[in-house]
Amino acid sequence: MIIAVASGKGGTGKTTVASSLALVAAEKGEVLFLDCDVEEPNGHIMLKPRWHKKETVRVPVPEINQEKCTLCGRCAEVCAFHALVVLPREVMLFPTMCHGCGGCWHLCPTGAISPGWREIGQVEEGSSGKIGFVQGRLNVGEAISPPLIQAVKERIRPGVLNIIDAPPGTSCPVIRAVKGAGFCLLVTEPTPFGLHDLELAYEMAIRLGVPCGVAVNRSDGDDSSIRQFCHDNSVPLLFQLPQDREVARGYARGIPAVEVRPEWKGHFLALLAFLEKGGYARCAN
Amino acid sequence: MRELVVLSGKGGTGKTTVCGNLAVLASSKVMADCDVDAANLYLLLDPVLKSSSPFYGLKKATINREKCLGCNLCLHLCRYDAIGPGFVVDPVLCEGCTVCYHACPCGAVEMIEHVAGHLFLSDTRYGPLVHARLGIAEDNSGKLVAAVRKEARRLAEEGTKELIITDGPPGIGCPAISCLSGADLVLVVAEPTFSGRHDLERVLELAKHFGCRAAVCINKWDLEPENTRALESLCNRYSVPVVGYLPYDESVMEAVKGGRPVIQECSGPMEEGILALWDELKALLELR
Repeated sequence: MIIAVASGKGGTGKTTVASSLALVAAEKGEVLFLDCDVEEPNGHIMLKPRWHKKETVRVPVPEINQEKCTLCGRCAEVCAFHALVVLPREVMLFPTMCHGCGGCWHLCPTGAISPGWREIGQVEEGSSGKIGFVQGRLNVGEAISPPLIQAVKERIRPGVLNIIDAPPGTSCPVIRAVKGAGFCLLVTEPTPFGLHDLELAYEMAIRLGVPCGVAVNRSDGDDSSIRQFCHDNSVPLLFQLPQDREVARGYARGIPAVEVRPEWKGHFLALLAFLEKGGYARCAN
Repeated sequence: MRELVVLSGKGGTGKTTVCGNLAVLASSKVMADCDVDAANLYLLLDPVLKSSSPFYGLKKATINREKCLGCNLCLHLCRYDAIGPGFVVDPVLCEGCTVCYHACPCGAVEMIEHVAGHLFLSDTRYGPLVHARLGIAEDNSGKLVAAVRKEARRLAEEGTKELIITDGPPGIGCPAISCLSGADLVLVVAEPTFSGRHDLERVLELAKHFGCRAAVCINKWDLEPENTRALESLCNRYSVPVVGYLPYDESVMEAVKGGRPVIQECSGPMEEGILALWDELKALLELR
């Protein structure tokens, strides 16, 4: 089972919810936590894994053999991302613009271009008690994260509960993180920001065909706007975590919410029961 | 004219709230919301929409089955697994790289114009606001960010405004990079949490990488004063000044919930903090 935790927006409590869910689930069985927010991975701060393994992730980029190159300009012409520029004496590559599509090396008429490799980040693997832990870490200054997210997801283990902490937003990185999940938990907060971003995240999940449910974080007791949204779209509202300064302080010091408030475990147990029963299948749209 | 870009490394640290407050305080400015995935600034500024224009992303491939001979070359060459059974292109996976278009021996691939989002121009009682919405599952957020900034710059020049306040996207990837190039000052909003420190370090590293001048505002500084000191020493190490301290204040959530910039509702330490931040920024940006 793969559960993605997404929110449309950062700061709503994805990592709080995902790490607490992992801790509660680990009391019952095997869990793998995959931090796919590769631009700012934070799950490790809550779960404090011991690292076992680190692998470099590379993407293909063109390597140009200047001796074979006739400066015909075909490579720059076919590059949709403007990563290649033909100068009077050489072809210049802007590596961060390259998407590694391979157009230039397939289409170069003189065979002067071959695929090379460029490092974009690392995948780190470890464990925290019974929780397996994987995270991606994008190199600073690197623009393209989906291949790194893909590399994290290649570590998904069949037969265990895989929890994906997704990046914010609704564009390519989130799509890559959530695609293929069995269920998407949408974390929101009861503000106009939260509602607005929940609508976007919900549309994203629908677009990907992933059934979803909603969890409210920092509830002040009046979640009527979120409740209305869930009602109108027939999305289950799974639980509400109250606004709590002690939990915020715990987060600040790297202490997971369910350790500060053990009484919140019930919410996560109920969520696990809901998933086990296949309750999510009914939410599929 | 100056451009102030507000970034945070991570979402939810208070970028938009800080921008909303600066929008109230600055007199001659244009606002730009560059969080094109999840634009929120307009929710605080009560805008009246003036115009909307489509934003074109890279063209996407479609395969004309009448011309297609089924040679499978496109399938082999597509690195994004975007071409499915029956040579149907999945528009979510297609990156518009045109490899199939150029390689197809029968000219069966067509590249189709593709609306990836919208760019909006609005009026608010605090001044003009440029914002955007990227379609769900679209890429090219960096390009749309660039389009928002360009429009804001045009408006600012036209109206001889002295400042552009840009609410940035989260993260340190493509949209954040597109947002900070050429800015006069990057204000990083940070939280005194372990993750906040980690995120701050990565965004300061990004600013350094691109040679941008940065300053830091610590939001909720009193939540964990020890972590606030850790943020200060991190800033010290990067020679970046801390120019603002905002307290943890639950009335902020009330104001945001009501869709209003905080400064109009608060008093005491929060109000003082925002006013002091603005004074520091004015000095750094050499504004009157």
